[in-house]
Amino acid sequence: MTLPDPGSANLGAWGAVIAILAMAVATYLCRIAGVVLMGFIPLTPHVRRGLAALPGSIIAATVLPLIERLGLAAGIALLAAMGSMILRRNELLALVVGMSVIAALRALGF
Amino acid sequence: MERTAAQVSAAGIRLGMRRVMVLVPGVVVFAVAFGAAASAKGLSLVETLLMSALVYGGISQLVAMELWRPEWSWGAIAGLAVVTATVNSRMILQGASLQPWFASYPKALNALHLFFFTDANWVIGTRYRAEGGRDLGVLIGAGLLLWVVWVLLTGLGYWLGALVSDPRAFGIDLVMPIFFAAMIVPLWRGRRAAVPWVAAGLAALLTAKLVEGYAFIIVGSLTGAIVGAFSDDAA
Repeated sequence: MTLPDPGSANLGAWGAVIAILAMAVATYLCRIAGVVLMGFIPLTPHVRRGLAALPGSIIAATVLPLIERLGLAAGIALLAAMGSMILRRNELLALVVGMSVIAALRALGF
Repeated sequence: MERTAAQVSAAGIRLGMRRVMVLVPGVVVFAVAFGAAASAKGLSLVETLLMSALVYGGISQLVAMELWRPEWSWGAIAGLAVVTATVNSRMILQGASLQPWFASYPKALNALHLFFFTDANWVIGTRYRAEGGRDLGVLIGAGLLLWVVWVLLTGLGYWLGALVSDPRAFGIDLVMPIFFAAMIVPLWRGRRAAVPWVAAGLAALLTAKLVEGYAFIIVGSLTGAIVGAFSDDAA
């Protein structure tokens, strides 16, 4: 395969495949980067506590801005899903509850 | 303690597959939505399946459909790769959070199973490990099963195409947030342990206001980790 000129505007038929491969490489690097990096950081008590706080922090940092962007209906749906989880520890039920609430609210025009 | 008994058992793989079953319906809906979006954008079936098989990151794939174009230059591809990396940057932290678990396994095995590392099996693995489980098979089984479902159902969505013209109406954009929100409940360890989460959420909200894109996930999560690292709990 000849390497196309970096400045060329069009990669032709292979453009889409190369784009997909680039996405795959970028994503794989994300998958391994944190694991590789933590291999060089000693597990001091501080680091341990930081790691323990990480899962909940990732969830809060992902979900809250999304609610802010997606609107009140999304917030109500997520609260309904959490309520369902508190009453019955069942992720599938929580998903059904959350999806039903958001579908109903959006159908009503929220 | 974590250096001992590095095992991957068939029983663990089966347990992972069983536990991830509850997340399968959501992934099915998401995969069909992506397949439909890809066919609407003019990707071929092979390209669509290739993306699902190699990237295996639903949100980044949906975002890529918004940026998809009929013709590609190296610059456009570099831009797509950067956007993909920012959308998936949460995986860096998800991987870091489970690294103490992975550390006792061979590097080659970690390099291989991390290809199948995704939100859903991170959720399953984190919960399993919080319960005291140590069998890496649970994470691997969950990731593999979802990968198969993801690729197959992407194909179905591609064929169904126009049937799901407005995935938003069915709340598909909320599948991942709902899983995440629901997972807070089993992770709950009292109010003090939740202080970093609040800090993470606030920092993320602020960042989302100030900066375009998905940087808020990284800024918020790191803020939570740092607050957690320097808050002294009884344990």
